[in-house]
Amino acid sequence: MSEVFELLAGHPFFRGMTDEQVRVVAETGTPVAFPEGTTIFREGGHADSCYLILDGDVALEMDTPGHGAQVMMTLHRGDLLGWSWLYPPFRWSYDAHVHSDTKAVRFDALKLKSVSEADPVLGYALMKRFTQTLVNRMQAIRIQLLDVYSTPR
Amino acid sequence: MSTQLLAEPVACLMAPIPCRVRSVARELDDTFTLELAPPFEGWSFDPGQFTMLYAFGVGEVPISISGDPGDRSRLVQTIRAVGPVTDALTSVAPGDMIGVRGPYGTTWPVDVAEGRDVVIVTGGIGLAPLRPAILHILEHRDRYGNVTLLYGARSPSELLFADELQEWRGRFDLEVLITVDHGDRAWRGPVGVVTSLIGRADFDPQSAIALICGPEIMMRFTRQELERTGVTPDRLYVSMERNMKCGIGLCGHCQLGRFFVCKDGPVLNCADMGESCWTREV
Repeated sequence: MSEVFELLAGHPFFRGMTDEQVRVVAETGTPVAFPEGTTIFREGGHADSCYLILDGDVALEMDTPGHGAQVMMTLHRGDLLGWSWLYPPFRWSYDAHVHSDTKAVRFDALKLKSVSEADPVLGYALMKRFTQTLVNRMQAIRIQLLDVYSTPR
Repeated sequence: MSTQLLAEPVACLMAPIPCRVRSVARELDDTFTLELAPPFEGWSFDPGQFTMLYAFGVGEVPISISGDPGDRSRLVQTIRAVGPVTDALTSVAPGDMIGVRGPYGTTWPVDVAEGRDVVIVTGGIGLAPLRPAILHILEHRDRYGNVTLLYGARSPSELLFADELQEWRGRFDLEVLITVDHGDRAWRGPVGVVTSLIGRADFDPQSAIALICGPEIMMRFTRQELERTGVTPDRLYVSMERNMKCGIGLCGHCQLGRFFVCKDGPVLNCADMGESCWTREV
């Protein structure tokens, strides 16, 4: 069994998928490590991958003129990093800046799309999980936008 | 005669006891902690309860008690200035008098939680009503399993009880995770909503008790997220805030479904609440 399969098999993101499905997905992945302070990708860059964070902390940042880098959200162990590879224009929307030493599995987007199209059942299983992540992030951003802790006057 | 019999106890319950302000501590730009002399000797409260505080000549508001339930020598209340009465209450000085009624309301289930993991999820000023429960649990730490505090604030400069949070983070028997909605590069902690911390907390979802306090929207999403992890509604407790006026279940201003929040709450069990948790404030 591959190292990546071992890393993914018990991961909550893949819960409910068969070992064979996880094995196919694992073949598109590579273990990677990023030291604190590095940048995994930059806004506007070509989105050709996504990451499953195994350990560490990554900040999604957006550079705003006059204000510098604004942290939109941080991601941690177990979180999925990056979905810009799913839809055109396939460009990263944020910078991903490593807050603490991070280990992850990097998935090759082209390969992931390829195995999904070759096996629509696998593709649907993956898409449901990516969509759940997207929905959770959208809900979180909505609550952030509501600014619920501000002083009501 | 019967009217008089009814009126006297009610009048007594509605009469504030003047209490002297001993100290005023500024927590945040709009949030202050008052230490008052207790209303009378032997006065006590349980974690989660509130008092009605009366700024003489201005009005009365319900305020959760934020002090240590084991310390009967003082009444500690943390107040955010959001209107005329709280503006007046946060403008007091040591030596001033404030009217106090109470304590009123239900309590955090610190007894029910014994022997179990406890996950405390709070945001903003919601940490104040939970502070007595946290202090109680820490005072009797050996009675509980893993204890986790998940706290969300607007920004790093708006962390309530920042020094105490720092102290709690240094303990080995309490896990404290803090997130802010709006961060910058100077903030090295998590940025995001408090619900995003739930997956990182170490608790047994099959038996843990969850105590939740914060803005209603935050509590609804927290409840959903905890339920998703396996915590059943009968082990979820929230502290509700509605338009409490009398504090003793007479006026009906704080009605939430079949509950009067001042009397049946503010701490309510989510299984008991049922669909009431979706009832909008009028």
